[in-house]
Amino acid sequence: MYTEKVMEHFKNPHNLGEIPDADGVGTVGNPVCGDLMTIYIKVKDNRLVDIKFKTFGCGAAIATSSMTTDLAKGKTLEEAMKLSRADVAGSLGGLPPVKMHCSNLAADALHAAIKDYYQKTGREVKK
Amino acid sequence: MDYAAGKPVEPRAIEAMLPYMKSSYGNPSSLHVFSQKAKRALEEARTKIAELINAESTESIVFTSGATESNNLAIKGIANRNKDRGTRIITSSVEHMSVVNPVKFLTTKGFEAIFLPVDKFGSLNLENLGKELNDKTALVSIVYANGEIGTIEPIREISKIVHGKNAYLHVDATAACGQIPIDVKSEGIDLLTLSSNDMYGPKGMGALYIKEGIRVEPLLHGGGQERGLRSGTENLPGIVGFGKAAEITKQEMHSNSEGLTKLRDNLIEGLLKPLPYAFLNGHPTKRLPDNVSVRYSFIEGESMLLSLDMMGVFASSGSACTSKTLEPSHVLLAIGLRHEEAHGSLMLTLGKENIQEEVEYVIGLMPGIVKRLRAISPLTPKELKE
Repeated sequence: MYTEKVMEHFKNPHNLGEIPDADGVGTVGNPVCGDLMTIYIKVKDNRLVDIKFKTFGCGAAIATSSMTTDLAKGKTLEEAMKLSRADVAGSLGGLPPVKMHCSNLAADALHAAIKDYYQKTGREVKK
Repeated sequence: MDYAAGKPVEPRAIEAMLPYMKSSYGNPSSLHVFSQKAKRALEEARTKIAELINAESTESIVFTSGATESNNLAIKGIANRNKDRGTRIITSSVEHMSVVNPVKFLTTKGFEAIFLPVDKFGSLNLENLGKELNDKTALVSIVYANGEIGTIEPIREISKIVHGKNAYLHVDATAACGQIPIDVKSEGIDLLTLSSNDMYGPKGMGALYIKEGIRVEPLLHGGGQERGLRSGTENLPGIVGFGKAAEITKQEMHSNSEGLTKLRDNLIEGLLKPLPYAFLNGHPTKRLPDNVSVRYSFIEGESMLLSLDMMGVFASSGSACTSKTLEPSHVLLAIGLRHEEAHGSLMLTLGKENIQEEVEYVIGLMPGIVKRLRAISPLTPKELKE
């Protein structure tokens, strides 16, 4: 059902955990629906120097969270805002169609964390 | 440990079936001598099914393509043929979809449906049943034992209440029929759904017991096989295999179920004891011998299944993430679980090939899996209370 890449990230998720003094935090989803993810970011010179996640959800939810943090790490905030759900799914070699909407929320959590950072630092949200 | 989803066919049943595919392939409905052997085999199998459930006559058994067809035949067949007795149909909120959906369908045809609530164990509330039964109730359909959480319903008591109002009682015994003895006469059951694969017979076979004298409208019209109740050339190899499986079940059910109950209780204890926020779904004792259903807070069922799968253990979950509809199991919601609790459910169903070593293997794996997934999860006991 899942690609090897998805299973790899499910077995050994990258950037798992929390950042206590994070510059931005984004949470999306709802445990009622079966998926909830939080992404923590650390920003320096407009770049994501550290990123971590915590996820409640199925294998796809955990794998997409892990992949999102991999893709975002080191990117500028503008680049990270452009990272899409499709980029995440593509990097994992695809997801089962039924999982594309419900479990592929990590890019949204990342965007929410960046918006949180913008808000905290009084900057305009850039598109 | 996912035997409820599919069971291997008992080798003695396969042996019994083979001649009816290779050499004795006659049509039981033909008249020539060659077909008379087929006819005899058909009736022998019918006798074995009747004996398993203590039916009053072999003629009260109708062969079908499985439990889904049997449930449809019972519900639509009774409702449509007995409109003079009423248009209300009562069922429970922990039924299989092959009961839920025919009942819902009938509400588009002028029937009224009542879905009775259950308690936190999944047992039917008898007082509610009594209240909802009225003179217009034609049929009450209740599961003998739920296949997801294993809870066995009080069929004898239900039957007394239903017959007190002169309604018919249909019982879906799909999950129960291979594990606990059923006696349609003494338990007061009017129609009973049976499944072949659930007693280690071939898939695609089932039966419906219909008490003598009860009128049922057929689903399939054609050549008039099965006393006109189920037209279509009989699946003779399937029927013979089903009959053999029923015969073996009758002989060996007691010892098999005793062994399964021990394994079940060991597994439940071993899955719950080492971990906090771990709970049993369903009734602790009024429970099918094969059923283990537990839930762990803060984590999701599919990720548990994947983790078990990587270690060679096959299980099932009531989580939305494992279903086609993206909704958690209606049975888990009916026993009062919140969505996030239902998502954390894990179902293991044991079969006669499972041994204590396998149970211990799973017990050994689970704490590590749960702890790892909890470490990934953002949920904590604080959210549980909110």
